[in-house]
Amino acid sequence: MTAHSLLSSLLPLLTPIVMLLALALLFGGLLGFAATRFRVEGNPLVDRVNALLPQTQCGQCGHPGCKPYAAAIAAGGAINKCPPGGKATIAALADLLGVAAEPLDATHGVESSRKVAYIREAECIGCTKCIQACPVDAILGSARHMHTVIVSECTGCDLCVAPCPVDCIDMIPAQTALQRWHWPLPEPAALIASDRRQGVHA
Amino acid sequence: MNNALPKLWSLPGGIHPPENKSQSLSGPIRVAALPPQLIVPVTQPDYATPQLCVQVGDRVHKGQALVRAAQSSGLLAHAPAAGVVSAIAGYPVPNASGLPELCVVIDTDPTDTRWAKLKALDYPGAGIDTLIERIADAGISGLGGAGFPTQLKLHSALQQVDTLVLNAAECEPFITADTALLCERAAEVVTGCMILLQITVAARCLIGIEDNKPQAIAALQQHCSDARLQVVVIPARYPSGAENQLIHILTGKEIPSGTLAVHSGILCHNVGTAYAIARAVVHGEQLLSRITTVSGAALREPANYEVLTGTPVAALLQHSGVDHTQLSRLLCGGPLMGIELPHAQLPVTKTTNCVVATTEAELPSPPPAQACIRCGLCVDVCPVQLLPQQLYWFARSKEYTKAQAHNLQDCIECGACAYVCPSHIPLVQYYRNAKAGIREQSDKHQRADYAKQRFEVHQQRVALVQAQNDQRRAERAAAVKAQPAAAAGTSAQDAITAALARVQAKKAAQSIDAGKQDDSK
Amino acid sequence: MTDMLLLLVGAILVNNFVLTQFLGLCPFMGTSGKLETAVGMAAATTFVLTLSSACTYLLYHYLLQPFELVFLRTISYILVIAVVVNFTEMVMHKTAPVLYRVLGIFLPLITTNCAVLGVALINDNRANTFAESVFYGFGAAAGFSLVLILFSAMRERIAAADVPEPFQGPAIALITAGVMSLAFMGFAALA
Repeated sequence: MTAHSLLSSLLPLLTPIVMLLALALLFGGLLGFAATRFRVEGNPLVDRVNALLPQTQCGQCGHPGCKPYAAAIAAGGAINKCPPGGKATIAALADLLGVAAEPLDATHGVESSRKVAYIREAECIGCTKCIQACPVDAILGSARHMHTVIVSECTGCDLCVAPCPVDCIDMIPAQTALQRWHWPLPEPAALIASDRRQGVHA
Repeated sequence: MNNALPKLWSLPGGIHPPENKSQSLSGPIRVAALPPQLIVPVTQPDYATPQLCVQVGDRVHKGQALVRAAQSSGLLAHAPAAGVVSAIAGYPVPNASGLPELCVVIDTDPTDTRWAKLKALDYPGAGIDTLIERIADAGISGLGGAGFPTQLKLHSALQQVDTLVLNAAECEPFITADTALLCERAAEVVTGCMILLQITVAARCLIGIEDNKPQAIAALQQHCSDARLQVVVIPARYPSGAENQLIHILTGKEIPSGTLAVHSGILCHNVGTAYAIARAVVHGEQLLSRITTVSGAALREPANYEVLTGTPVAALLQHSGVDHTQLSRLLCGGPLMGIELPHAQLPVTKTTNCVVATTEAELPSPPPAQACIRCGLCVDVCPVQLLPQQLYWFARSKEYTKAQAHNLQDCIECGACAYVCPSHIPLVQYYRNAKAGIREQSDKHQRADYAKQRFEVHQQRVALVQAQNDQRRAERAAAVKAQPAAAAGTSAQDAITAALARVQAKKAAQSIDAGKQDDSK
Repeated sequence: MTDMLLLLVGAILVNNFVLTQFLGLCPFMGTSGKLETAVGMAAATTFVLTLSSACTYLLYHYLLQPFELVFLRTISYILVIAVVVNFTEMVMHKTAPVLYRVLGIFLPLITTNCAVLGVALINDNRANTFAESVFYGFGAAAGFSLVLILFSAMRERIAAADVPEPFQGPAIALITAGVMSLAFMGFAALA
């Protein structure tokens, strides 16, 4: 077989290979250019997620603050670790990210009504450990002077309770029962007989 | 009085439930006898802590203040009768939650009838501030049902209002308190109007009244002599007595969503409030009583009563001859917007305009709710032209953004939609729950935003303090390094020698002094 | 001009790609849970479909046919579509990162959307001109978008409604899609 005939027999095979290669190179170049042109710096999703978190900076989720947890969520982490946010925050996060809403992970805490810190002044020794611990500077006081919590600033994050050497800080409900009360959702209608038995909300 | 035929606008939607008003208008207003005990609620707006000025065991006289005014946003409460304060504690009152509210319980003394009234004012000569202060001191709140402190409403209305609207519509079935008040005491209601006109400097006052109250209309027209006053008769329809709805019927103005009527230049007050204002200004009387309708098929003699605040409902029922075997439900308010009372030992408050003691035949218990069949009857009757059906679906599935987009915040909770619903769905309860959910959510967001700001400021402050400390440390280290190394050793020695010398000199001086003292003795 | 209009109406209503030709059902069911997701998906698919119709036409007429490589049609079309989708992904990641995160896996899956390849192949079968190809691609996408948005609006309402337990979720969604398909059969009279 001569070289010419070899080439002519291989041509039907070479042409598509060459063409595909050429196309691949062309598109590869195009995509490469697009990748640099449309490069995404940072993660704008983190700010959107952070805006939904309650900002108590309590650390119950296992991260040192709300922004780090938001970063973890944006990277694909679980959304059910925030007890101060509770069910409502989980639902909002699920809505934003298009994932299923799971119940609050009990290992990180339980959902409870909003609380504020209260310092029993008779026992306070003025050590300023709680003032240093407060992430929003809600405690008024200085060394060897009485410490007191400014109720309107307190987020109920609980971080001041542990550092107190005389254990004089209580967490009390922020609102009275009357202020917390609201009309409950009525019982849904039983659509079919089996709903009534199982208590299913159809 | 202006005799020109007034222009009326029609209310969209609305319903015509059976009125049931004639039963309680068969006789004059009765004065309820003094009960042995009065349970006076001292609840403040937004459930703020009241500042009491009486203690258990105090002897109070009629008209004595029980709470101190907390800044200017509080609501005063007074002792409705003389007696001894036997308890100050949480008591059940007619409220939706059933939770107790702080009450002052007075064991009444029927022998002491003195009333510590305020000074009578000659109102045409009195200043606006004086009049408003008097209204605050008399503890007047909106007697139409909202119970908002009247002095606050007037403060926000100063120099903004051109039309005063007086609400005599009373559209809900059974309730005839305002009607009875107008039939018997229209003169003082008109005086109240004049005082309000003086305070607000409004150009005109429209008194809206439904056409099913001919006697009251005649009484009003008889006493309205001022050219600024106009009695406007409107067709009877529920809920034309709602503030925004009445304003629309009388003036054609639609109050924009999220704003108050005062922002559109209209101030609306109930005729009962106007009466209370007249009594407070002209006679110096604090708000101690109100007219309450006591009606219902379980009563032998339904009537209107002038009731002292804190009178137990049971006393009123007894006066009207209640048949407990027939009594199926006890309502505070009307059948559409009222709440069900668990028992009759609850006190009458400043906003209790009606008590209905009903039988199963008159107002049957609501049957269990069934599924929504999407018939749209609720949409036909909504006076605010909302979509109750959609609001129901959104409230049920807690889709609060969509509910807000469908104007849930404009719902006046009149109950017309629930009245016509063929599936007997308690629609208003869903809306109330959704409104509370929305409020909670927005509250949470606000607090979270604020906490984030505070946290960022905290981080900045800590960083600043850290930076300052570092700088100081660096400066000190640099200062130490700057001193010549050789001089460091000798200077230390010199310092020690100098210190020793100082100590010895001090000792010598002390012994010389001691010696001198011995010599002087 | 009338031909183009007829072509559009045909692609959007008469021979709707989702409800009449049953192509592209996977993203149709997958992204119709919420209206925002559906609108994002519709926009992305429109962009991809129109661009890939044009590119595949050019590829076919200027590369495949002259070099007698028509047998490479499927693979090269997929290559083109994949590149266009990748490009769309990058643009979306930059301009609408939340939508990018929410669409998730469905964005690269536009590559496997049978409607996209289908349009390219139908263009060849009908021997459309360049303008016709682009219009047909745009019409197909418009029809897909229309139905997707309508369906997502309905699904949002259904999510809040009283659906009996055996029918909740995908079951009632598919039934609704079937009823929509029946409704769209009415447009056959326009043909």
